[in-house]
Amino acid sequence: MSIAIPADLEVAHAEDHHEHHDTSGNTLFGFWIYLMTDCILFASVFATYAVLYMNTDGGVSGKDIFELDFVLIETAALLVSSITYGMALIFAKRHNKAATLTWLAITFALGCVFIGMEVYEFHHLIEHGNGPQRSAFLSSFFTLVGMHGLHVTAGLIWMAIMMIEVAKTGLGNRSITRLSCLSLFWHFLDIVWICVFTVVYLLGAL
Amino acid sequence: MLIRKLSKAAIAAVAFMLAGCDGGVLDPKGQIGIDEKHLIIVATLLMLIVVIPVIAMTLYFAWKYRDGRDQEIYAPKWAHSTAIETVVWIVPIVIVIVLGVITWGSTHDLDPYKPLEHEAKPVTVEVVSLDWKWLFIYPEQGVASVNELAFPANVPVNFKITSDTAMNSFFIPQLGSQIYSMAGMTTKLHLIANEPGTFDGISANYSGAGFAGMKFKAIATQTPADFDAWVAKLKQQGKTLDSAAYATLAKPSEYNPVEYFGSVSKGMFDQIVMQYMHMDSHGGMKGHEGMDMHAGMEHMGTEHTSDMADMKGMHDMAHMAGEHAMENTQNMADMDSSTPSAPSLTQDSSTEPSSLEHSSTQKVEAE
Amino acid sequence: MSFLGKLSLDAIPYHEPIIMVTLAVVAVVGLYIAALITKHKKWSVLWNNWLTSVDHKRLGIMYIVLALVMLIRGFSDAIMMRTQQALATNGAAGYLPPEHYDQIFTAHGVIMIIFMAMPFMIGLMNLVVPLQIGARDVAFPFLNNLSFWLTASGAVLINISLGLGEFAKTGWVAYPPLSELAYSPGVGVDYYIWALQISGIGTTLTGVNFIATVLKMRAPGMKLMQMPIFTWTCTWANILIVASFPILTAVLAMLTLDRYMDFHFFTNDGGGNAMMYINLFWAWGHPEVYILILPAFGIFSEVISTFTAKRLFGYTSMVWASGAISILGFIVWLHHFFTMGSSANVNAFFGVMTMVIAVPTGVKLFNWLFTIYRGRLRLTVPVLWTLGFMVTFTIGGMTGVLLALPGADYVLHNSLFLIAHFHNTIIGGAVFGYLAGFAYWFPKATGFHLNERLGKASFWCWQIGFYVAFMPLYVLGFMGMTRRINHIDNPAWNLWIYLAAVGACIIMVGIILQFIQLYVSIRDRDQNRDTTGDPWNGHTLEWSTASPPQFYNFAKLPQVADIDAFTDAKEKGLAYQGLKHYQPIHMPKNTSSGILMALGITAAGFAAIWHILWLAIVGLVGAFVVFLFRAYNNDVDYYVQPDEVARIENAHLNNVVRG
Repeated sequence: MSIAIPADLEVAHAEDHHEHHDTSGNTLFGFWIYLMTDCILFASVFATYAVLYMNTDGGVSGKDIFELDFVLIETAALLVSSITYGMALIFAKRHNKAATLTWLAITFALGCVFIGMEVYEFHHLIEHGNGPQRSAFLSSFFTLVGMHGLHVTAGLIWMAIMMIEVAKTGLGNRSITRLSCLSLFWHFLDIVWICVFTVVYLLGAL
Repeated sequence: MLIRKLSKAAIAAVAFMLAGCDGGVLDPKGQIGIDEKHLIIVATLLMLIVVIPVIAMTLYFAWKYRDGRDQEIYAPKWAHSTAIETVVWIVPIVIVIVLGVITWGSTHDLDPYKPLEHEAKPVTVEVVSLDWKWLFIYPEQGVASVNELAFPANVPVNFKITSDTAMNSFFIPQLGSQIYSMAGMTTKLHLIANEPGTFDGISANYSGAGFAGMKFKAIATQTPADFDAWVAKLKQQGKTLDSAAYATLAKPSEYNPVEYFGSVSKGMFDQIVMQYMHMDSHGGMKGHEGMDMHAGMEHMGTEHTSDMADMKGMHDMAHMAGEHAMENTQNMADMDSSTPSAPSLTQDSSTEPSSLEHSSTQKVEAE
Repeated sequence: MSFLGKLSLDAIPYHEPIIMVTLAVVAVVGLYIAALITKHKKWSVLWNNWLTSVDHKRLGIMYIVLALVMLIRGFSDAIMMRTQQALATNGAAGYLPPEHYDQIFTAHGVIMIIFMAMPFMIGLMNLVVPLQIGARDVAFPFLNNLSFWLTASGAVLINISLGLGEFAKTGWVAYPPLSELAYSPGVGVDYYIWALQISGIGTTLTGVNFIATVLKMRAPGMKLMQMPIFTWTCTWANILIVASFPILTAVLAMLTLDRYMDFHFFTNDGGGNAMMYINLFWAWGHPEVYILILPAFGIFSEVISTFTAKRLFGYTSMVWASGAISILGFIVWLHHFFTMGSSANVNAFFGVMTMVIAVPTGVKLFNWLFTIYRGRLRLTVPVLWTLGFMVTFTIGGMTGVLLALPGADYVLHNSLFLIAHFHNTIIGGAVFGYLAGFAYWFPKATGFHLNERLGKASFWCWQIGFYVAFMPLYVLGFMGMTRRINHIDNPAWNLWIYLAAVGACIIMVGIILQFIQLYVSIRDRDQNRDTTGDPWNGHTLEWSTASPPQFYNFAKLPQVADIDAFTDAKEKGLAYQGLKHYQPIHMPKNTSSGILMALGITAAGFAAIWHILWLAIVGLVGAFVVFLFRAYNNDVDYYVQPDEVARIENAHLNNVVRG
């Protein structure tokens, strides 16, 4: 019925290949639409936070628990990681494997700093009896920030896998497409974090 | 001739339907219900202006242009006509504009939160939905009943409604509007019976296993004196509704029989609402009693609801955040009135006197 | 916590004879089907050609099979409700205790909307949209397979609840605080959450996939405003899916956190706010009904324009009317709870916005009418469904506008009037549409026709049954009967309740006839072959392929210059043109990754319901590992060789000439 495609044939029918199998373009576009769904997911949780953030049930409010200095460092780590990821992608497109891997590793480290700080913050809050079970405000706070944190964690796992992929197979088209998707994802999380930082921390601490 | 016959048949059919609707929302006994019935009829007639031609045209076109009728014109490429397109857009738009105007007016007229204008002094009833029964507290009379509601006909009744369980909907179909009962919140409803009678009352929002039996009788007495007699009856034979009695009552039960309470501890309704309401740690909410708290809570109830209703959470963030360090109920009232789109403004001004009045009555009774 | 979490043998409802008999019947039927497959040695065919298929046409058929099976389940629930209410009059208790009845109406709603209507709609979309835009498959074929299996996964979970534990007793909307742990401590709501969550994610992925497909993979020359109308309405529906399903994901996740980790989003205590759930739920739920109805509108448009042998009247109006409905569908959700105590301004705004939707909908009706005008309408089964829809849906639309009037809604909310209204639109609109589409595209999907006589008989049963079943509910609504009550103690209602039960039985006959039709048509398939691939003289590209279509759809991607691309080609004499030389066609290989991933996720969902931690971990890790294998598998595609393409194409062209 069919046979595997010999390499030369693939070149010979590049036109057909292009017309039906422009996977890179499709994948990036599809991934972008997925990000829009993620955006709405975050918007829903933001809306919930906005409605519930005063419902402290006699417990702490944002003003009592937010430490802006701490969160500022966290934010800086994530923002810088977006730049370093941009560097990684630039080098990936230049097929510079070593530089790509280096920048990815730096991004990964910055992401870990961010997650580490967030885990510390959560742990600190829970330890002082201000866990998500305490009040609707804390439920929505932990969910909003935690959901972003879960996304970043997923991004880190993805990044780790990509580093292995790049190290093992180099920078083929498929890897570059995937790195581009991860790039969209990573920058998207950055933007979401800016919203979290502004709405939750800055406005909350005022 | 044919048209006259048809219209006779239609009237007969409608009459049959209405007769069949004995006791339902098309057989209203209260002003709100009557207005709502008229609204339904007017809107339906208005829509029939489009609906009947569409149905008739569907059947007529399908018959006229069916396959095999070669004498009819066949225009396979005809797919656009600016004139027709204009008409098919404009006609529904016009009807919707008319309906929209009716909607806007009637929604404001029939707003369940709007107190009724009437010379008689309204009766206040505090309603609590429980698993699976209705508790009615009469703060002015200091009595309470379960699954039986009484009030004089031709006197407005102000309902304050909450829930101490899942969400229910307080509904007396023959008197008109229903409204949800929700824990930690007070919703309001204003009804009047235009004639005496006993009407079915139900919960119109499913709330669990015993829901089907969550019914009550709403008795509109002939005269205020009859109502006073009913209250006196409760006072004579009834038990006391205090915290302990309430705790027993609040336990789930199905098909709860009618119960009477000759006296009710002060602020029972507020306590039921407040058990789910903790403001913030600095708030002056907890432990307060009386008018301040009540008014504050009512603000909270309405603010809450209207805020939720437009879900403009994100855009309200900045505003709300500014008010975050809310210190006391006074601040809360400020916030309420400064909410730009606060639809509850008029509501608030209209409720404040009534809640004043309410608590002063309470005080008198307490003394 | 024990090894099996909350799960024990007590979870099996031995004491419920109805359930046990149902389970026995399902087991017997299942064993019989399995035996048949074994006897005919079809297991490998089933696995290789169907379950692991990434072919959009086969996935479409599998979606529709799922929908039909779930239709039986959901309709059984409906019949049980109608008989219970008919029996439980005059103080009788009926045969269903509340804890069973309450599960049934919840399951009926969830199954009919999420596992009957949605798969039916998505199935037709899968089957038709890539063909209509002249593509060889969707943008992401593997993802398409995964989406199907995630939907199936949800369906499996909800049906496990029948024999293991219980289903939610909350109504299909699962409003908190009733759905919170405090009032629903059983596993029922957890089944609800995970079935909806998993299938919802599948649906979201479908939306992403099809948006990418129509935007990136249209045939050369096909502009957006030349896409067939069904593709357009599906596209609007997909935009709605992508914009609304994440809200469902979020709200279910919050309910999950409340129930599993003692959060306070919607609880009575802890400052929770149940109104937030209700708002978010309907912010998804209202667009959801347009997701269901818009593709049905597209089907009616295709059917009318094909069977009048005429161009669709007002194509541009139709496209923008659908767009207007989609956008307006997002700003009307509050009309589901006018009685929550919002201010008059808010209620009036949402009421008026809801009425505005009647405008584009009305325009659509008129455009269908003017498509029939000066046409040659063949009264086939799809056309009957369409005409039935146009009459029935108009009435449903009218009652909908009535309910959009807050003043009227204050007395009609949650009454049987509401039930009658949304069945009027969802059956009279969406389901009639899917059944029209089913009859219309059946020859395309299978290569043979459905039996016309049985189809018409089924239509009339549905149509008459619908009126007998649901018009009484309008009356009962006016009489003050509310929804979800398990017995009736108002004698004035009895007559109408009995009538409704009779109506449900007539619909049941219609459904049975539908299945007999399917059986007879398959039995007589050799007499009813569609050899040309164009049985109705169709307008759009799907009719230019063979029936069933070649697995690669198009040997050469068509060049499009008109809305009715295939009519255009036929008129220009360009249809059925073979090529001297064919190019190799790049195709994706079938893969078992989708079904295996869904298996892991189903296991995880089941584990979450019963609090079996280890199984949840195994399921999720398993799904992730399968995903990684898939991601690093280089053997995912192949080329169909020109000589094979030529052989298939020539066979088809010969058939056309003979036909």
